[in-house]
Amino acid sequence: MTFPYGDKVLEHFRHPRNVGKIENPDGNAMEGSPACGDMVGVHIKVDPDTKRITDIKFESYGCASNIATGSIITELAKGKTIEEAKKISWKEASDALGGLPPIKAHCSVLAVEGLRSAIQNYEERHGLVKDQKNTTVEIVRKRLKKVMNPLSGLDLVRTELVKDIKVDKGTVHITVDIPADHQFASNIKDEIMEKIGPLWDVKKVEVVFTE
Amino acid sequence: MIEKTVYLDNAAATRMDERVLESMTPYFFETYPVATSEFGYSLGIEAREALEKAREKIAHHIGATGEEFIFTSGSTESSNLALKGVALALGEKKGRHLIISKIEDFPVLHSARALEKQGFSVTYLDVDHEGLVDLDRLRGSMTDETILVSIQHANQEIGTAQDIETIGRICEERGILFHTDATHTFTRMPLDSREVSVDLITISPHTIHGPKGVGGLYIRKGTPISKWMDGGFQEFNLRAGLENIPGAVGFARAVELVTPEENERIKVMRDHLIDRVSATVPDTTLNGHRSKRVPQNANITFHFVEGESITLHLDMRGFAVSTGSACFSRSLEASHVILGIGGDHERAHGSIRFTFGRYNTTEDVDTVVDTITEVVSQLREISPLAKK
Repeated sequence: MTFPYGDKVLEHFRHPRNVGKIENPDGNAMEGSPACGDMVGVHIKVDPDTKRITDIKFESYGCASNIATGSIITELAKGKTIEEAKKISWKEASDALGGLPPIKAHCSVLAVEGLRSAIQNYEERHGLVKDQKNTTVEIVRKRLKKVMNPLSGLDLVRTELVKDIKVDKGTVHITVDIPADHQFASNIKDEIMEKIGPLWDVKKVEVVFTE
Repeated sequence: MIEKTVYLDNAAATRMDERVLESMTPYFFETYPVATSEFGYSLGIEAREALEKAREKIAHHIGATGEEFIFTSGSTESSNLALKGVALALGEKKGRHLIISKIEDFPVLHSARALEKQGFSVTYLDVDHEGLVDLDRLRGSMTDETILVSIQHANQEIGTAQDIETIGRICEERGILFHTDATHTFTRMPLDSREVSVDLITISPHTIHGPKGVGGLYIRKGTPISKWMDGGFQEFNLRAGLENIPGAVGFARAVELVTPEENERIKVMRDHLIDRVSATVPDTTLNGHRSKRVPQNANITFHFVEGESITLHLDMRGFAVSTGSACFSRSLEASHVILGIGGDHERAHGSIRFTFGRYNTTEDVDTVVDTITEVVSQLREISPLAKK
């Protein structure tokens, strides 16, 4: 039989590790939405002294890559300090799974973000967040690197689709170099809103398409 | 390991019937020449006769004569010819407006979009929650410029069958040509060009255990349509290209082999699947109309889970089905049909299409329902959306 994924991915897909919720987690986060097609929830327990992740569980509404990445990420993060766990990249997760199809990067990157957001949530809850910085064009650009262009499986910045970014008194204005009737225009817009909207000093996000 | 695949994706393609292959074989090895004119050599004349006999048989099935039916390379080409051929014939003379439904299959949908780029305007009719076109809206969107209405006989994903009799009548009253894509109803549901006022019908044998790479277009006598595949004078000078005689013969044989008993048997299996799923799996939605639908189609959304995960689990257990989930498609776009009937992305993502054919059994239904029940409950265990 010929499956679209490698053995390791299939193994984690069939038998996902560390599934479910944690009662009274120290940190948790939900990334994605039913509209964008994939969701990953990550829940963590952190040792207050060593700052090590002592327990981690995930939930997934998504395709095989999404489930497998959620599973592997829990294995990779367990036992690591939060500083170490923050550095786990999509590449690392993908490599640990023996590789993922590039077109599925979008579905699998969510798990990595879920972990980072859960850690961020832990830090916020425990007053560990360093000073809040004002949003700049650079910060927006950095966040847009997490928005995937589904056609290539690469992010918007890397595929040079972000034409212009303006930040002015709480309003972020982003010009994306695809036509408004492009098949992924609305998905991309939704994802941009999700990524930029929550920045603490951003009041309004405007996404404009070229032509 | 798995011994055989339980194949429930018969709307996409079917296993060919051996009897179809048998009918085709002589036209590869014995009567292999091109179809010559009546003044050609014997083998060529025999090839010509086989082609015309096949044409007559297929045309007869939809109440037409041989001159009203041309062979193409498949449904895609047939629908392209219907839309673009009429546009080419009437664009200058009559007008540049077409009407199609929002949930048409890609050959019609994308031909319409291509025509838009050439300066034609297209009305994309909404459908209701069960996939039916609103006939008042159809009437309301007709103008003096309208040259063609293209509304499918039944939908490729959700199986909803349109009232093409009434649609045909409405078009006739306004003097507008009517094309229907009958790929998914041909031989499975009644369709007679003498009873329905339809000018163009797309059909194909690949959904009824016939060969791939051959299809056909019914063209009512006198319908204005222009050729755009240029070359020789084949197919009444409407579609150039060497005739696919083995394909045509196999097409005709496939039509003969479909019986009313088979259609009834398929419908019983399909209903059994719908009944069992709704009895055993909580939180499901049947997509499409319950009774106005092709006998071979069931399309069900399993809420809170994603379709590609279901199909992959089923594949690993030996079942082939398809889904409207974005993750499953090459384009990563969610089904335009499920979104078109007012479903949200979640409904599209969790939708599974089961389509039956000649080689399915009631046992297949029972095993697929047992397996999907297990798979869905397993996936809901890990889903943040599922109620626990």
